[in-house]
Amino acid sequence: MTLSSVASAAVISGLPDYVIREPRGFYHSLNPATKLSVAALEVVAAFVIPGWLGPGLVIAVLLATAAASRTLRGLMVIGLAALPLVVSIMVVNLFVLPGASDPIVRIGPLAPTWSGLWFGLMTTARLLAFSSAVALAYMTTPIDDLLADLARRGLGRRGMFVIGAAVQMVPRTIERVGEITDAQRARGMDTEGRIWRRARGLVPLAAPVVFGALAEVEERTMALEARGFTAPGRQTLLRVPADRSIDRALRWLALAGVVAVAALRLAGRMG
Amino acid sequence: MAIELGSVRYRYAGSASSVLGPIDLRVEPGRVVGVAGANESGKSTLCLVAAGLAPGVIGGRLEGSVRIDGVDAATLRPHELAQRCGLLFQHASTQLSHTTATVFEEVAFGPCNLGLPVAEVVTRVWWALRTAGIEPLASRDPARLSGGQGQLVALASVLALRPRYLILDEPTSELDPAGTQLVAEALERIVRETGAGILLVEHKTDVLARIADEVVVLDHGAVVLSGSAAAVLADPRLAELGVEPPAGVRLERAVRASGLEWSAELEEAVE
Repeated sequence: MTLSSVASAAVISGLPDYVIREPRGFYHSLNPATKLSVAALEVVAAFVIPGWLGPGLVIAVLLATAAASRTLRGLMVIGLAALPLVVSIMVVNLFVLPGASDPIVRIGPLAPTWSGLWFGLMTTARLLAFSSAVALAYMTTPIDDLLADLARRGLGRRGMFVIGAAVQMVPRTIERVGEITDAQRARGMDTEGRIWRRARGLVPLAAPVVFGALAEVEERTMALEARGFTAPGRQTLLRVPADRSIDRALRWLALAGVVAVAALRLAGRMG
Repeated sequence: MAIELGSVRYRYAGSASSVLGPIDLRVEPGRVVGVAGANESGKSTLCLVAAGLAPGVIGGRLEGSVRIDGVDAATLRPHELAQRCGLLFQHASTQLSHTTATVFEEVAFGPCNLGLPVAEVVTRVWWALRTAGIEPLASRDPARLSGGQGQLVALASVLALRPRYLILDEPTSELDPAGTQLVAEALERIVRETGAGILLVEHKTDVLARIADEVVVLDHGAVVLSGSAAAVLADPRLAELGVEPPAGVRLERAVRASGLEWSAELEEAVE
């Protein structure tokens, strides 16, 4: 079934536009499984192809794809969020890479090395390639599209619900932590200042978050029962992402790419 | 045709004594039966028992009979119960699936669980949204609604299963006056337009005075007052049972206590 035929079926059924949510552009319109397959190939290539070629090529492809799918800004934000990790990787490798003996300069007891610098940069590039590949798939795939596609491929409604609820739970838990932090601050909890003070504040913060979530479980279970969640048979899917011939071709290409990269590496043709 | 509780006693799993009963109660289509009582008087347990979820889903031991339109509730599976008897809890947040992007899809969650055709799902969703008075919210994110709006979405989600009866466990307890007003108006409309029978547990006796035909008051799990809403809500024993009389009743008492006459004009103005 093509994307347009899905949309047509939806229009006939009377589904509103905000439920149909036509994808914006080619990459967005790819099937979720296709985007995950491409992301898997990018991750494997970034880590398995030796030297700068692997991560460099993957980052170039990712930047081009992000620009074409208008997600470049989001990708940059995620890159910036990884900055603390990047800094720590660079510092550790620069100063304490085992076996490195080619100092760039000596500053008292500290001796950053050329080997450490290159290894740190290489690791950073791979990390960025990995996180960007996953982030691009996430940014271009609505979670309900992914779930609907998994359901079509045989995932049961319980599996769908667990994945969907887990993903949606992240922002809700962050919101809840914010509310409880504000409440505890209003009652005098110290969440600023030295580390040991912050650590001491974790207990009155964590306990309500954890116990509150557990207390909700029973009511949520009953609410699901009251909405027919355990009804037998297949669940109706309001819309199913298209799975076109281009998707199938891309998935086969991605699989062939993973196998080829791994085989070449094992055969020693890649250094 | 009714929900009928005959000599019902219930005790939770692991509990030595009954928290409910003996109770005889009847909710007919097109009628609103209000339930009031102090905290821990058994109101929420009554809701679970009347909806067939206790002991069916949560365990425990039930004596007596719960029949829905003549069918023993114990013989019905949860998704069959859901289509006869909708249950709404206090907290809107625990009733929403947290897996949908729009209110439309949230309301469609129940009908989709039943595996209904898409066209039927769409018809039911628009009907439920219209009946609950929240059509304009259809495209909104369910996680970004006010308390009153969230509770109405939860109500519409239950209505979309087309139950003949609704059991509402303090649906306005977390709502401000505006939210309470929204829910009360929706309930009046539901009774008027669908002829549903409603069992409404409510602390806010002004809501009961407005929409209930009959009221029962629980104390330690047993019915201690029952009758027409006007008679029960004006009963002088209400306050001793931990239930605050409606504002109109309190005003009348205050006027009479100060030696003034409670005139027909005043009564009309209060109504």
